[in-house]
Amino acid sequence: MPESKEARELVLRIAEIIIGELKLEEITPETFDPDMDLVDELGVDSMDLATVALVLQDEYGVFIDEDDYPTLKTVRLIAEYLSAKMAAGKNA
Amino acid sequence: MQTVSTLLSGEWYERYRAISRLNMRSSIYDVTNRCNLRCKGCFFFSSDEHTAAPEETDIGRWEAFVEKEQARGVNLAILIGGEPTLYLDRVAAFYKRLPTYCATNGLIKIPRDRFPDMMVGISLWGDEEDEKLLRGKDAFSISSKNYAGDPYTYYLYTITPRQLGRTERVIKRIDDAGLKVHMQLLSNDEGVEGFSWTPSQLADIRAEMDAMLAQYPRTVISCRYYHEVITTGRMLGRPFGWNECPSVTEPLDTRDPRPKRLIRFIRWAADLQTMHRCCTSATRDCRTCKDGAAHMSWVMVNKRDHLRSTEDLQNWIEVYEMFAKLYKFLPW
Ligand code: SF4
Ligand code: SF4
Repeated sequence: MPESKEARELVLRIAEIIIGELKLEEITPETFDPDMDLVDELGVDSMDLATVALVLQDEYGVFIDEDDYPTLKTVRLIAEYLSAKMAAGKNA
Repeated sequence: MQTVSTLLSGEWYERYRAISRLNMRSSIYDVTNRCNLRCKGCFFFSSDEHTAAPEETDIGRWEAFVEKEQARGVNLAILIGGEPTLYLDRVAAFYKRLPTYCATNGLIKIPRDRFPDMMVGISLWGDEEDEKLLRGKDAFSISSKNYAGDPYTYYLYTITPRQLGRTERVIKRIDDAGLKVHMQLLSNDEGVEGFSWTPSQLADIRAEMDAMLAQYPRTVISCRYYHEVITTGRMLGRPFGWNECPSVTEPLDTRDPRPKRLIRFIRWAADLQTMHRCCTSATRDCRTCKDGAAHMSWVMVNKRDHLRSTEDLQNWIEVYEMFAKLYKFLPW
């Protein structure tokens, strides 16, 4: 199934936040591979994830449980996690 | 952009992956304010931390406290004091619930039937001469008998400037006792004459630590990058100190901007309520602090800064592995 415009935008925005918060160089949201493993490839650690999670929480109004960090392995997985949380919020 | 797999291949990449998700979360606990020695230069007594808070004596409260620490996400309890072996019930409150490391001077033998695989680190301050001068007795002659051949015990050898040129004898004795050793440097909190480091002594001890690691690779748990960082006080061109220290108690950490740090780290006093500023003495001058664990952790929390080159990242891996081995998250 082709990715929806909203899903693509969410992926790009998460990539942009990660690039900004972790001060990554030589990469743009467009060139950021959404399936790249953040820990195994980018060397992200739990403090980095906590920093990114705070920005995402503020921007999308969802709570990101620290126990969920191990599942937030890629930008795409973070996007899916946020989408699910936002949908659950709407349905609540 | 540099990524882990552009910098590492094969065995090194696998080593990276093995540690990248360990997620160790330690905190430090003063088990007691008492000790059966009074070493000159012991930060605990020299900075009056033994009077900072009364001891909790109700064992039920210790057990409930450890359960709260577990719920806080701590997965490694580092027990110090005073001398923790004076209160084995308190030690057991941790050991029954969490991976536990117990620092001791080794004068009391921890019963292995009660604590079969608890990590034990025995403090050692040099050879007989230095131990007698600084600690009032040759503690090694007792501790090495108590723990000879123990697979879960190592010596934490605090090297003093007077040990220059004399470390091999100490390491050989540890090797002969069938034990391991990790090295750190004295911070000389009480300003004992002749025990403060000069720059040239630090350069010399770095070379000596490297030589000991090369000569006794199965006995010495260490790595060259750790030697570099602790002796120079610099990492990737940055100086160690208050603005960089990762081992500050989190709720007391008011630094802004906040450096990379140990998440949820707290050093608790023996009343289980009071918090100390950091993993060592609150009166210590951070500019001269040589705390080994703080330097290791400094490297560990700055992982992404080591993604500059293959050598930097390999150095980071070696320090992380060393820390993980010291607390048995990785086998020796
Ligand atoms: S044995 Fe340890 S706690 Fe006791 S006085 Fe010496 S350094 Fe301090
Ligand atoms: S004394 Fe050492 S461990 Fe404590 S805050 Fe200063 S640098 Fe960190």
